[in-house]
Amino acid sequence: MYEPIVGVEVHAQLTTSSKMFCSCRAEFGAEPNTNVCPVCLGLPGSLPVTNRKAVEQVIRTGLALGCEVGTLCRFYRKNYFYPDLAKNYQISQYDEPLTFGGRMELSVEGRPVSIRIRRAHLEEDTGKNIHLPNGRSLVEYNRCGVPLMEIVTEPDFRSAAEVREYLLQLRRLLWYLGVSTANMEEGALRAEPTVNLRDPETGERTPKVEIKNLASIRAVHDAVEYEIRRQYHCLETGEPMQQETRRWNEAQGITTVMRTKESAEDYMYFPEPDLVPIEPEPEWVEAIRAALPELPQARQQRFVAEYGLPEYDAQVLTEDRATADYFEAVVQACGEPKACSNWVMGDLQRLLNESGCSITESRVSPQQLAELIGTIKDGTISHNIAQAVLPKMWATGHSAREVIAAENLALISDATEIEKLVDEAIAANPKAVADYRGGKEKALGAIVGHVMRQTKGQANAAVVNELILARLNG
Amino acid sequence: MPDVTLDDVRHVCRLARLDLSTSEMERVRGELNRIMAHFHELQALDTEGVPTTSHAIPMSNVYREDIPGVSLPVEKVIQNAPDSVEGFFRTSLFVEE
Repeated sequence: MYEPIVGVEVHAQLTTSSKMFCSCRAEFGAEPNTNVCPVCLGLPGSLPVTNRKAVEQVIRTGLALGCEVGTLCRFYRKNYFYPDLAKNYQISQYDEPLTFGGRMELSVEGRPVSIRIRRAHLEEDTGKNIHLPNGRSLVEYNRCGVPLMEIVTEPDFRSAAEVREYLLQLRRLLWYLGVSTANMEEGALRAEPTVNLRDPETGERTPKVEIKNLASIRAVHDAVEYEIRRQYHCLETGEPMQQETRRWNEAQGITTVMRTKESAEDYMYFPEPDLVPIEPEPEWVEAIRAALPELPQARQQRFVAEYGLPEYDAQVLTEDRATADYFEAVVQACGEPKACSNWVMGDLQRLLNESGCSITESRVSPQQLAELIGTIKDGTISHNIAQAVLPKMWATGHSAREVIAAENLALISDATEIEKLVDEAIAANPKAVADYRGGKEKALGAIVGHVMRQTKGQANAAVVNELILARLNG
Repeated sequence: MPDVTLDDVRHVCRLARLDLSTSEMERVRGELNRIMAHFHELQALDTEGVPTTSHAIPMSNVYREDIPGVSLPVEKVIQNAPDSVEGFFRTSLFVEE
């Protein structure tokens, strides 16, 4: 029985301000060909100089993936003719990468999966081509020379679900490290899986197929799943297969041939003579390691262990670093981790979504949210009222207690005042009273509801219940 | 080291996108073989234990700081382009590889 063998190559644009080998801006969305210079255009006589921050970001990522850092790293020229590179070669790395030999541990459908990371290295991005229906192509080089990190796994994936989980974890890691926006729609993160099938007994394999044109993690998952099925089908029907690159067609949910690899690629790699080698000093590497933040998987596990949160909450809250920081600030101010988690993932998230804000731009600070949660805990307001208070805090910038006072929202816990309302409610609902006395405990709800309506939900529900029971049973 | 064959020349021509006639390829083959003779001489040296060298000067770790500078004005960028439109280089359609 054949099994799927999948490896993944990811390209992530780094978050430097300038390009890899020149000082042009590395920004997204500028006017065509406005961020280019003789170096990234490959004009004769221009010389590249390495961006130190890009090297640091790759080492940072490599360390977070458990990689070793090379002691002698070199850039190579990868030679090929294509208009996305004006100089006819891409500066990349070859057999002396910055980092290599890491690992990522995953949990897929409750099963532990270990994926070996072959390498994380540095190269430059290419320009952009636009093909017009009138038989012309447009070329622009703003993206050309933007630092690109390539992360390559060993072929350790056995299913599309494993690939998806890897990409989710990797994207979260890149966010935590602050090294890439990892935005797939903008092309800041590109994933190219290689898929084939292997018979574990005979070692026989189907030809490797590389898939391109994947604009989301879901697309990667669907494309890998499709490609595995397609190759099984070819095996069964005896349809011939060949080593090729296939393009994912999102609309039809299929892969189609893009190009075949008749001859082995010959990029004539050779050491880039215009750049000197990189020998990362051990002190520098150790300083980068020491500055690594708590990594997302570790933080997720700590949220479960330290705060007793369900696995789901811990995962959602640690999805990005800012949300996890916000959550921890709320917990620090008021305790009640599960309540904090519900508020951050629920009502606060809704307000953020509605206003298009990120959590760092939240108009309610963690301390303010903690105070609101505190007013529920001490019985000042109910949970329902608190849910109405939060949007008012958001709109006015006032604290929970200010909103409660200004709008007179505090719960009525005064027994004599509630007693009066309870008596009215009992008088107004003779049927419910009779039903309750006849053994229908649910009938009590109508009486409680009456009091709550009269007080617009501000009566302390516990006190109301207690008083009604005392009246009816007394 | 074996002689450069016509197939080798064809391969190099393909990589370099050169369209040579058979007689041109024959001429180039002779020239390449004379160049290769010099490498034959170098092969005689014992390079055991000598690390691959990409630079004559022992130098490493040359960096620039990540500070954006000034790029070329777009008029200059497309100045030598045979064809351009709205800041783009314009070419005949090329097939996406």
